[in-house]
Amino acid sequence: MTTPSTSPEAAGDAVRLTGISKTYGSFTAVHPLDLAVPAGSFFALLGASGCGKTTTLRMIAGLEDPSSGSVRLGGRDVTALPPYKRPVNTVFQNYALFPHLDIYENVAFGLRRRGIKSVKQQVGDMLDLVQLGPLARRRPHQLSGGQQQRVAVARALINKPQVLLLDEPLGALDLKLRRQMQLELKRIQTEVGITFVHVTHDQEEAMTMADTVAVMNAGRVEQMGAPADLYENPGSTFVANFLGTSNLIAAEVTGVHGDELHLVSAGQKLTLPAARCRADVATGDKVLAGVRPEKITLAHRDDEDAIPAGRNRVQGRIVDSSFIGVSTQYVIDSPVCPDLEVFVPNVERDGRLVPGAPVVLHWNPEHTFGLDAAQDIEAGIDTDDEPDAGGAAA
Amino acid sequence: MRPIRWMRRNLVVIAGVLTLVYLILPNLVVLLFSFNKPKGRFNYTWNTFSTDAWQHPCGVADMCGSLTLSLKIAVYATIGATVLGTLTAFALARYRFRGRAATNMLIFLPMAMPEVVMGASLGTLFLNMRIQFGFWTILIAHIMFCLSFVVTAVKARVMSMDPRLEQAAQDLYASPLQTFLRITLPLAAPGIAAGALLSFALSFDDYIITSFNAGSTVTFPMFVWGSAQRGTPVQVNVIGTAMFAIAVLLVLGGQLIGGRRKAKA
Repeated sequence: MTTPSTSPEAAGDAVRLTGISKTYGSFTAVHPLDLAVPAGSFFALLGASGCGKTTTLRMIAGLEDPSSGSVRLGGRDVTALPPYKRPVNTVFQNYALFPHLDIYENVAFGLRRRGIKSVKQQVGDMLDLVQLGPLARRRPHQLSGGQQQRVAVARALINKPQVLLLDEPLGALDLKLRRQMQLELKRIQTEVGITFVHVTHDQEEAMTMADTVAVMNAGRVEQMGAPADLYENPGSTFVANFLGTSNLIAAEVTGVHGDELHLVSAGQKLTLPAARCRADVATGDKVLAGVRPEKITLAHRDDEDAIPAGRNRVQGRIVDSSFIGVSTQYVIDSPVCPDLEVFVPNVERDGRLVPGAPVVLHWNPEHTFGLDAAQDIEAGIDTDDEPDAGGAAA
Repeated sequence: MRPIRWMRRNLVVIAGVLTLVYLILPNLVVLLFSFNKPKGRFNYTWNTFSTDAWQHPCGVADMCGSLTLSLKIAVYATIGATVLGTLTAFALARYRFRGRAATNMLIFLPMAMPEVVMGASLGTLFLNMRIQFGFWTILIAHIMFCLSFVVTAVKARVMSMDPRLEQAAQDLYASPLQTFLRITLPLAAPGIAAGALLSFALSFDDYIITSFNAGSTVTFPMFVWGSAQRGTPVQVNVIGTAMFAIAVLLVLGGQLIGGRRKAKA
């Protein structure tokens, strides 16, 4: 997944996992994986529950012994070190604040354990950073979820760890607070410049906060990269479906023309840039052509002549439309796929686009990506928050 | 109509007060008769008010000796049972080992078994092993039956503790020993305290098991029982009332400290 480096001082990698795996009896939670987290970055491990992301995080923290492989922090091999000797700190899923200590003592805990006597200044500064100064003498159970979350961050950050590990830190918060804390965590990370490794099942959260996202599935890293890169160029159907929504069209290659692949699906001709096709295909091969719902423009069939030439076109009929304020989401039944999704921004709404209306979908061929047809076309859908629209059986 | 409405609104309070009366009335009778100056040997009918017994609590032969012995045994048994019971509880709650299920079940036996059976069989055991009856046999018997109560109280507490708290402590540079002293022990403390208090109370007033294993040694409950045959001295009421008062004060004190800590936070 990453470029292997020969030097152990690996050009500023805060965390380097080499061939690390975890098995419980016959169950493999994490397949041998290599991962490098650049120093100072906000790194997200994204995946559905049970995909091995938390186990991976716990192996970095030392709370779980890897079955194989090694963990290096800033070039130092810490595989054999117990958690209390590793220069990392964790923000736990339900914060794990010490209920018998007040906020001040919770935050001071790590400093005191390392024998630091005068903690007052540091604890004060840290509580200010997370805006909890006035609550220093409260007990954890007297704080709201968001406040507890900030205490957990402060308690970990005060130790200036080489890496801060966050295990679904926002999972217990409601949506609005979660948005707010996402921005806040991002601000804190920028301010302190410490490497954050963030585990989450929420793809939006990962994309909002992280510089680099590693998508995990069934104990393996499926793909890693910048959020925009993952979104625009998914490498597998799992990534395409798990990260946002994708329309995947099963098609056949009819010819290769320069840097373009010509496809046909249910009689409709499509064009796919060869550079954006992940599968090695030749004429006659099957391929999955993907396009994101927001890249598609929806036109009533009466206006078909007005569509510029050179765009990918698909005929269809509106099955369902839902107005969600900023956009309208349509489900289109078409010969190529029974439930194509299209998101149309609500700029000028066309009154004719109602369920039952015949439409033409068209998009810039550049926005098409190609995937290997040998994969499960629905991988990653069930784990997504999007309710599955029944007709995916095709 | 008004009294009915008032009753309906305060039903919980009324039930609570009635329960308290039911619980405390016997203690009040004991208190009252500790100021009695009985006519004959039996302190069952009111004669005249007197503070004699309160002024000379040890005025009865052998009574304070047996009281001291009972207190001593109660303290030692509490310490022994609490330490052993806490360790057992942690082992049962945290670790998987051979014989765990059996231990888990057997630990309940002393609570379920009739005391007469337990006392008699233990007495037989000591007799067969030719162990001299006395202080040590009583102590061993008391530690034995207190143990299960401590294990039960502490285990419930340990099971409800979030293991992530200890992981968090380790993540924050606490060594295993520091984690135990700073996190595990304070969190388990309420369970341990409950077990210890139960042990003390059970040991102090045990009669049946003790009588099988005491030999010629006389503990306070045995003294009270023995003297009741010939007429109870008023001093027994004094000791009873004093114990009750100390217990109430301890509980109130504990609540006050807890309350203040909460208010401060």
